[in-house]
Amino acid sequence: MVMVLYDGSFEGWLTAVFEIYEYKLADVQFAQEHACNLSMFHSRHTVQTNAAKARRVWQSLVQRNSIDAANAVYHTFLSEQQGIDAVLLRYMQHAFKQQKPVETDYSHPSVITVIQTDRKVRREKHRMEAFIRFQLTGDGLYYAIAEPDYNVLPLISRHFEQRYADQRWVIYDGRRKYGIYYDLKQVSTVQMQFSQQVQASAIQQAYDENEQLYQQLWQRYFSSVNIKARKNTRLHLQHMPRRYWRYLPEKMPEGR
Amino acid sequence: MNGRRGYFQHGYGWIAFVERRAFILPGMLINLGINAILFSIFMLNEKPVSDRIMEKLSILSDAAKYDVSCASSGSKRENHNKGLGNASNGICHAYTEDGRCVSLLKILLTNFCIYNCAYCVSRSSNDIQRAAFTVQEVVDLTINFYRRNYIEGLFLSSGIFKNADYTMERLVLVARKLRTEHKFNGYIHLKAIPGASEALLQEAGLYADRLSINVEMPTEQSLQLLAPDKKRNDMLQPMQYLQQQINGYATEKKRIAKTPLFAPAGQSTQMVIGATPENDWQILGMAHLFYRKLQLKRVYYSGYVPVSHDNRLPAIGTPVPMVRENRLYQADWLMRYYGFDVREIVNETYPHLDMEIDPKLSWALRNLEQFPVDVNKADVSLIMRVPGIGIQSAQRIAAARQHSRVNADLLQKLGIAYNKAKYFLALPSGHMPRHDYTAAQLREQLVRMQQSKYQANFSPQLQLF
Repeated sequence: MVMVLYDGSFEGWLTAVFEIYEYKLADVQFAQEHACNLSMFHSRHTVQTNAAKARRVWQSLVQRNSIDAANAVYHTFLSEQQGIDAVLLRYMQHAFKQQKPVETDYSHPSVITVIQTDRKVRREKHRMEAFIRFQLTGDGLYYAIAEPDYNVLPLISRHFEQRYADQRWVIYDGRRKYGIYYDLKQVSTVQMQFSQQVQASAIQQAYDENEQLYQQLWQRYFSSVNIKARKNTRLHLQHMPRRYWRYLPEKMPEGR
Repeated sequence: MNGRRGYFQHGYGWIAFVERRAFILPGMLINLGINAILFSIFMLNEKPVSDRIMEKLSILSDAAKYDVSCASSGSKRENHNKGLGNASNGICHAYTEDGRCVSLLKILLTNFCIYNCAYCVSRSSNDIQRAAFTVQEVVDLTINFYRRNYIEGLFLSSGIFKNADYTMERLVLVARKLRTEHKFNGYIHLKAIPGASEALLQEAGLYADRLSINVEMPTEQSLQLLAPDKKRNDMLQPMQYLQQQINGYATEKKRIAKTPLFAPAGQSTQMVIGATPENDWQILGMAHLFYRKLQLKRVYYSGYVPVSHDNRLPAIGTPVPMVRENRLYQADWLMRYYGFDVREIVNETYPHLDMEIDPKLSWALRNLEQFPVDVNKADVSLIMRVPGIGIQSAQRIAAARQHSRVNADLLQKLGIAYNKAKYFLALPSGHMPRHDYTAAQLREQLVRMQQSKYQANFSPQLQLF
């Protein structure tokens, strides 16, 4: 058994796949560099993330299957599910062994896992495109927080960049502690510091003077387009699960 | 976590602020005596701008909500000028408590109306609060909602005030302002007002992604009964004009890339269901004509919500025909995506959709001789006709059988409704289910199965909660 250590990034994992072939490693197990529960009885192989190696693995997958299949692998990786890197390795090994594309070979267990996980991640991406709510700060920054189930910020970045090309915005992932920031030219990844003790008045002042008004108008709009005679809570919850409510102004009690 | 706390502090800070203001006011009145009271009352009548806009938004979104169209898809407007927004794939940004998609800011410019259509909440004889937005107010709301990612764009409709041209002109003005002054590339759906001049409709098409005229009543007779001032032909004529324009611009665009977009998401319409006695055959037949003859992108079916004591209409309190509406949409999908002809779904012999089972299943039960379908051999278009298998699953099945034989186990993994589909499928031996049921037996069995699953939806008593 060989323990393959990589930095947890997708590029790092692609490099690891390359090196598993390069060094003919068999019976591998993945671990991320910071993990501390490494067994002492295994031999180790530490991967240095290498863009060139990663690109070769990626392009080989695109050529043998399709760009959609390669994207499905990327999406599946972003699900961050326990042991998903090992499942994806089996997928890659299957893909590299077969002569024809494997993306529709649903009888292979890793293929099924990939299409199912890909579907979940894409749904979460779509939900974030729908449920992100910006608040305008006093200095003209549109600011949003979210806690997506999967690591989808890299996937939604293009959508928001194209759509909000003329406003500065930041979307912060409160669970993974990083954000994406658009400065009217490009999107970059940012870390943010929050101070523990912030006074309510300071926060109040940090926002644009009309921010509260528009949140309330939106709340009012949301409640007045509802048709009470058609109430259907089950359907409502199916489309807007409760875990997303905490960042949606329309699901907060109206301000007055 | 810190960020979240910040959000909440922010929210509650505002509530505290509002409450304090409410407390201070009565105290001031006691101290300052009667003159101050009069002054305060005067001040209260002169509502602050934010309260007035809030009130208008309540009235004019409430009046617009019976128009069920919510789509924001089907357009291809890009953010080409580094302006604001784009319109491509629809996104539902929220869902109301009745489970409907909120994609656009859907409002009336005004609910003043010269018409008195019995089924409409804004009819001139109805004693309700009336309001009107200014053009700038609609523009500001749209831009500010859009920038916060609340909406995909604007759906602007209006009661008819003065005349058709005057009303249409205002709608066009809003769209023009958004597109030209604010470089807004988000989705715009405008109502085309029947009777408005062709020049105005033409200009509307150059700004809007979608245009719609609601026929409202499925037949001419019903329209005459409930909206005697309106004529069906006045609605169909502008629809034909727009169809020509849409096709003309699309053809031109293929030749000359710089041709401007003209209503790239096409036209739609709406029919009110359950207010008048038409059967499903008449309604779907009408929809079929709209799709075939006028090339509409969507026909919406709006279950009638009683809003009037008029004795020509169902009384207030009559339940909204939600199941029927749902079955109509299912039938609509079969026509548009599954290659069904309208006569396969409803016809002289079967003029009503079955309310207990979906229209595809009910077609299958009437045509049992077409089954079982062998998923390993049959054409995709046939697999799509199996109850419980959708378009995507059918395509997956077709792809999967290139690699290996498709069996029951794999079908279940692909996520089809196997318990329903299995009665209509031929599978490799060892998985062969029985195929000797009569249609009636099968129907009973499937209804029982789905009742245990959807009991709440079919029991009138549970709908209260």
